[in-house]
Amino acid sequence: MTTPATLDIRTVERSSGQTSRQGFWGRLGSAFAMFRNGKSITGLAILGFFVLVAIFADVLAPYSPTAVDHTARFQPPSAQHWLGTTHIGEDVLSQVIHGTRGVIVVGFLAAIIATLIAITIGVISGYLSGWKSEGLSALTNVFLVIPGLPLIIIVASMFEDPPLWVIAAVLGIIGWAWGARVLRAQTMSLRNRDFIQAARANGEPLRRIITIEMLPNLMALIAASFVGTVTAAILSLTTLSYIGVIPVTTYNWGTILNWASAQGAFQQNQWWWYLPPGLCIAAIGVALSLINFGIDEYVNPRLRSAGERARAMKKKGLNVNDAVTAVRTEDTTHTTRPEEPTA
Amino acid sequence: MTAVQPQLTETPPDALEVGTTATRAVKGRSRVPWRFLGSRALFYLFTLWAAITINFFLPRMMKGDAVTQYLARNRNVSPEAADALRALLGLDTDKSLFQQYLDYWSHLLRGDLGVSLLHGLRPVSEVISQALPWTIGLVGFATIVSFTIGTVGGAIIGWRRGSRLDGLIPITTFLSTIPYFWLGLLAIAVFSVNLRWFPIGKAYGVGVRPEWSFEFIGQVIHHGTLPAATIVIASLGGWMLGMRNMMLTVLDEDYITVAQAKGLPNRTVLWRYAARNAVLPQIQSFALSLGFIVGGTIVMEMVFSYPGIGKLLLDATNAKDYALMQGVFLVITISVLVANILADLAYAFLDPRTRQTEA
Repeated sequence: MTTPATLDIRTVERSSGQTSRQGFWGRLGSAFAMFRNGKSITGLAILGFFVLVAIFADVLAPYSPTAVDHTARFQPPSAQHWLGTTHIGEDVLSQVIHGTRGVIVVGFLAAIIATLIAITIGVISGYLSGWKSEGLSALTNVFLVIPGLPLIIIVASMFEDPPLWVIAAVLGIIGWAWGARVLRAQTMSLRNRDFIQAARANGEPLRRIITIEMLPNLMALIAASFVGTVTAAILSLTTLSYIGVIPVTTYNWGTILNWASAQGAFQQNQWWWYLPPGLCIAAIGVALSLINFGIDEYVNPRLRSAGERARAMKKKGLNVNDAVTAVRTEDTTHTTRPEEPTA
Repeated sequence: MTAVQPQLTETPPDALEVGTTATRAVKGRSRVPWRFLGSRALFYLFTLWAAITINFFLPRMMKGDAVTQYLARNRNVSPEAADALRALLGLDTDKSLFQQYLDYWSHLLRGDLGVSLLHGLRPVSEVISQALPWTIGLVGFATIVSFTIGTVGGAIIGWRRGSRLDGLIPITTFLSTIPYFWLGLLAIAVFSVNLRWFPIGKAYGVGVRPEWSFEFIGQVIHHGTLPAATIVIASLGGWMLGMRNMMLTVLDEDYITVAQAKGLPNRTVLWRYAARNAVLPQIQSFALSLGFIVGGTIVMEMVFSYPGIGKLLLDATNAKDYALMQGVFLVITISVLVANILADLAYAFLDPRTRQTEA
């Protein structure tokens, strides 16, 4: 039997700390392989910048976000106020810097909650079969179909002054369904693969099959749904703050825009007040979708190789879409269909 | 509508035409996928029940009382009138929760959604039916335009992979990542305030009465252009990216190579073979994204002060007008469900596999 052999290997690994650590880092690296491409790294860098701004907001901001200065109202950008001032002389730059905190905290907290629910429900309903699976799938679809934003507006109006974690929890509880649906589909296809069948035949417990055999194969999808939920949560938070459903006690980019809109900054062309917060939301949105592009191309290599292949053929003077007819006039030196990507 | 199969040229009855007993069994069955439709119908009924039940519990969990708010606005209401108002709104709590739930259902089945405090005690159904056409007209039109342009554009970009058209994808993705309300506000600042091309918000001019005249319709189009354009710009990216990615996957399939090897014209291969199969996930994601589209409606109507259903919900939430809130949420959910059913029917119509799994 193979059992003694594997036991031996494990004891060897444990005895020499060096190799086991390398193995661990190697495994960690391969678990995050979907981030190892230009698009994902660019996105992660932009996201990292905003996380750092959120952490060091107190150090970075030149003024307090609520410091009122009646001598400097509606000031355009200057040396004292890099991004100008608001209707009561607050520094816009400091507000934007402090606003990063709320956005990052709510975005990540909501995504963590949503992803945990999505993994639990998605993997379980994909692994099981019969009415239990169908029931969980129906629950997922109900959450997908029920319109989220109206529900959040109604729920948020229940609270007088909701703290950030409550908003994050509500956004997370409403936003898990898409991830669960994707994970369920993938788990159903994994369930019948040979290595899972082998693990089951070996008598491995269900918990081990799911955590050791399945989850590593779902990592890319989990990462994609996490990133997607962060995007959705940030957009929802800023939208709700702009609408005024979330009270303006804590600063985030949405509340700045709420004030700017209420004070007529859009009518009076005070661009320094309304452009920076919106551009920040857009920048974080672009960063997150870059990360997701990278993951998409990792999961489905055709997305990346199709463009490269087509460009390569163009250089040879061929058109991708005329590939089959073109070969008859050419020498056999040109292969009409390049090899499939190995990835 | 038949299955997506390469058409064979005219030949004397061959084995494929005659087929096996399985072919006869498939042909003998009705073309309508009853089992698929039945399971979907069951799901929609369940979702409807869940939505209505959530709807029932939502206002009862909230702090603050609609009547108290109403009294704060209208001082000259006697305490007896206040009690009568509570009874009228079903807010008297001497009944058990279950009894209230049953009452709620019986009212609902009679089409009685209660009265709106915010709109001078007019029936909620009347208030909603005035706002609904504006929303459905504008958002429905903009969504269909955006879906069509995005899907057709995505198909072409996917077909001409590696060309300069690939550069469109990052641009449309950027436009769909910026928050919609900001895009709308910017559009107002640029096109309404500075350039004065379009009016600021509202569905028609102040002091104009709705009527069926060319002048009024022209005004509605003039007022609706900016909101519709911003919706299209903001939602185009998602459809385009989804369709392009599906096309890249489908174009690698063997049946595309076979179609080209047969010498079919490129246009046939693109639209009848590749796009037709790539569009199926698009329709599914269209159905699933309707909830998000409705959310976008609320924001659009707030930014452009458009007199639709989303603005009604926001006003009702601010005034704690529970009956109106419930009614609006119910109408939104039902319209999302109806749109989902339509998307399902389209899917069953386009995808022969839903009919074949009937066996």
